[in-house]
Amino acid sequence: MNDFLRRLLFLPDQGATFSARVDHLHFLVILVTMFGATAVFATALWFTWRYRRRDELTLTPLVRAPVALELAVVVGLFGLFLFFWVLGYRQYVRLRVAPDDAMEVYVTAKKWMWKFAYPDGRRSLGVLVVPAGRPVKLIMTSRDVIHSFYVPAFRTKQDVLPGRYTTIWFETVAPGVYRTFCAEYCGTDHSRMWADVVALDAVQWEAWRAGADPSDLVAGMLHGDDREHGDRKLVSVAFAPSGVVQDGEPVSMAQRGLEVAARKGCLSCHSVDGQPHIGPSFRGLYGRVEQLENGTVRVDEAYLTKSMMEPMADVVRGYRPVMPTYLGQLQPAEVGALLELIRSLREPLPTPPGIGYPQLPTNPQDGPAQSYEADRGLETIPDESLAPAQAPAGTPGAPAP
Amino acid sequence: MRTNYLNHETTIWSWLSTTDHKRIGVMFLVANLLALLLGGVLALVLRIEHLTPDQTIIDAATYNRVFTLHGVIMVWLFMIPSIPTAFGNFLVPIMLGAKDVAFPRLNLASFYIYLLGAAITLGGAIYSGADTGWTFYVPYSSTTMTPVLPILVGVFVLGWSTILTGINFIVTTHTLRARNMGWRDIPLFVWTIYGTSVIQVLATPVLAMTLVLVAMDHAFAWGFFDPARGGDVVLFQHIFWFYSHPAVYIMILPGMGVVSEVICTYARKDPLSYTAIAASTFGIAFTGFLTWGHHMFTSGMSEFDAGIFGVLSMFVAIFSAIKVFTWTGTLYRGQIALRSPLAYIFTFLFLFVFGGMTGVAVATTSLDVHWHDTYFVVAHFHFIMVGGTLTAYLAALNYWWPKITGKLYAEKWAMASVVLTFIGFFATFFPQFLLGNGGMPRRYFYYAEHFQALHVVSTVGSMILASAFVVTLLYLGWSLFYGEPAGDNPWGSRSYEWFTTSPPPPHNFEQTPAFGHRPYDYHKPIGA
Repeated sequence: MNDFLRRLLFLPDQGATFSARVDHLHFLVILVTMFGATAVFATALWFTWRYRRRDELTLTPLVRAPVALELAVVVGLFGLFLFFWVLGYRQYVRLRVAPDDAMEVYVTAKKWMWKFAYPDGRRSLGVLVVPAGRPVKLIMTSRDVIHSFYVPAFRTKQDVLPGRYTTIWFETVAPGVYRTFCAEYCGTDHSRMWADVVALDAVQWEAWRAGADPSDLVAGMLHGDDREHGDRKLVSVAFAPSGVVQDGEPVSMAQRGLEVAARKGCLSCHSVDGQPHIGPSFRGLYGRVEQLENGTVRVDEAYLTKSMMEPMADVVRGYRPVMPTYLGQLQPAEVGALLELIRSLREPLPTPPGIGYPQLPTNPQDGPAQSYEADRGLETIPDESLAPAQAPAGTPGAPAP
Repeated sequence: MRTNYLNHETTIWSWLSTTDHKRIGVMFLVANLLALLLGGVLALVLRIEHLTPDQTIIDAATYNRVFTLHGVIMVWLFMIPSIPTAFGNFLVPIMLGAKDVAFPRLNLASFYIYLLGAAITLGGAIYSGADTGWTFYVPYSSTTMTPVLPILVGVFVLGWSTILTGINFIVTTHTLRARNMGWRDIPLFVWTIYGTSVIQVLATPVLAMTLVLVAMDHAFAWGFFDPARGGDVVLFQHIFWFYSHPAVYIMILPGMGVVSEVICTYARKDPLSYTAIAASTFGIAFTGFLTWGHHMFTSGMSEFDAGIFGVLSMFVAIFSAIKVFTWTGTLYRGQIALRSPLAYIFTFLFLFVFGGMTGVAVATTSLDVHWHDTYFVVAHFHFIMVGGTLTAYLAALNYWWPKITGKLYAEKWAMASVVLTFIGFFATFFPQFLLGNGGMPRRYFYYAEHFQALHVVSTVGSMILASAFVVTLLYLGWSLFYGEPAGDNPWGSRSYEWFTTSPPPPHNFEQTPAFGHRPYDYHKPIGA
């Protein structure tokens, strides 16, 4: 039934964990819609025939709808619409709020391409490579105009704004290749601004991390339908996604963030060892609930980027408002690296060890999978700069050796 | 032949300098129809381009300019002014028993301001080839290479015309009602024009403000919306939709007024509830101001805001549903004559209810995340704007044609046109719901090949729709020259505009009218 309705309505594959649920609400709402429109139309036609004019002079009775009936219609319909809204809004919140253990990828959109940067320092153009069956959160910004990251198979999209960082998340249900589009009009090549999300299983994921080209990994995953595109003359329309993976020896984003923090002067006021200085320390900052002068705030990407660009807006209680704005001083890639640095300086990291890619059923002899924290490249940051003041040895979530 | 507003003066100058609301209404009607024709031709260009997934007749840059111009023309030159300026101008004073609107010279000024605005907009668009889309989203509009300024100035000027027309109708309704006409005796069409005018007067200045800010950003780089200088791109969307969402009700409310008039006349029936229809107009007008955020569920708004805007949007649907329920109930135990205007209204009912319910669907926040900025939304608002407003406009044209021209038209051809409109419309826009489901974003020049079949159906539908307009123009044109004299009240209506001659005399009534009945008194004999 699900599949029948999905095909009838031309909906694409249900590629993400929430796609099927969104579709079920879609089916309900659309069926009610079609029924409602048909019922009104049919009633009008029936009345038109039943009460067709028989002569030109007859008077008609004065009919007033009973108040109870009017109320029943209003209350009934409002109940129906509220029911839709309650179901939809619950899904909406689920669609918008990424789970805490999601893997992050930083996305920069520009006319007319998508650039992806991974915490371990890898970067790709036009191809987003993710592990299947794991939540992935994208932290996105734009270099020029508004774009919108849209994957029809995932039933989710999010506008990508210049000067702001927005997030979107998804968890693929199976390995596969999913087309992503730009959904916000951005000029001449708006309809060419697409990319591929390549979701890989555990083995392929490790192969990709070891340097394999995505086009070699996706054989058998490609649907002919998805690969077709009107623009045949465009050379870059390739049948298989072939990501440009730069940086053969990648430097982790957290490491780059540390370099940016040093270069831009962040470290003269913000320590990385947990000691408060002129500003709060970066260590343990992410995810904490901070007391402001007027209220509280949970430190997330939105708060951190706002604090970089508008430092006077929400100053943490106990600190003086002395930070200069970094508006126009930081490139999106640098902001991403700083965010990743601050995110990496958490302890304990909320991510349970081993979630990186726990199941490797195909080759168990390889030993335990590398934990995701290791992906973050914490080991590349010099220990002394990160050592917490009184950190007991063996803190849960400490960098894997 | 009796003296009427058409034959008491016949020079061109007498038309150009007239302050007669009926002549101004007719001039607006002609101007709107020309705008509809131009916007329609552009729509056909877009549809033909989409016959193939690759380039068919125009290139990508031209495509972007054509859809921008299509949107600008249809929204500001046709949809917003259409029913209020043409039929509102012609009918509101007559329905109120007045000689003219409260400010006749202002009324004429609003026509010339409309022409000026239209000239600047079209001239500017042709000169500059603006490619921003009709929504002018920043920072695209403030950074695009195409000069966007002329089109902004044009729309700004058009806003004045809208405001002047709105003020005129509000004052006319308050001050120029016939003796004995209380607020509950006002024809329902006037109520909707009144509600529309309130929105126009309150919301249009916000549009003007937005356009000025964009123009300053574009021309002088002031940076209101430039994030590099502390501006915010989403702020633009908030203030743009604060106008442009109520503008949707500026477009549809007058259509709802037409529905109320046409149904009561052909069913020869008092409406099921006059109060419900009149009051829900203001319910829509009021809540329409509080729902703009539903254009922005994926723009980077907080989840909390999205939830609030989702619920508030449902209220608009409730008020619309009250109207639909009351209209349908009005048919019950009537004496229904299925003439072409009523057939248009049935088309309206089906398309509006379907389009409106898909509005509930897109207000259901999670579903909108998938549909936002896809063809689903395109189909949704065309169902309301074309399926709703345009069919109501055609119903009005057919319904009041005998009053405006004094001539009857060929009913068979009119019916043929209704059928063609319905089939053509449905074939054009229903496939676009499916395209949106399939994930095709709007404003796409290239598209994936598996969408081609749906696009071809849609293009064929648009041809049928166009042929319906051609048929309409032909039979109405024929009726102008060879039509039978209509008589004062060919439909046996009890609404007040039918109690003067057709076409009406220059001052609407030979004697100061004092109507002895309410406009929908079909349940008792009226003294005559």
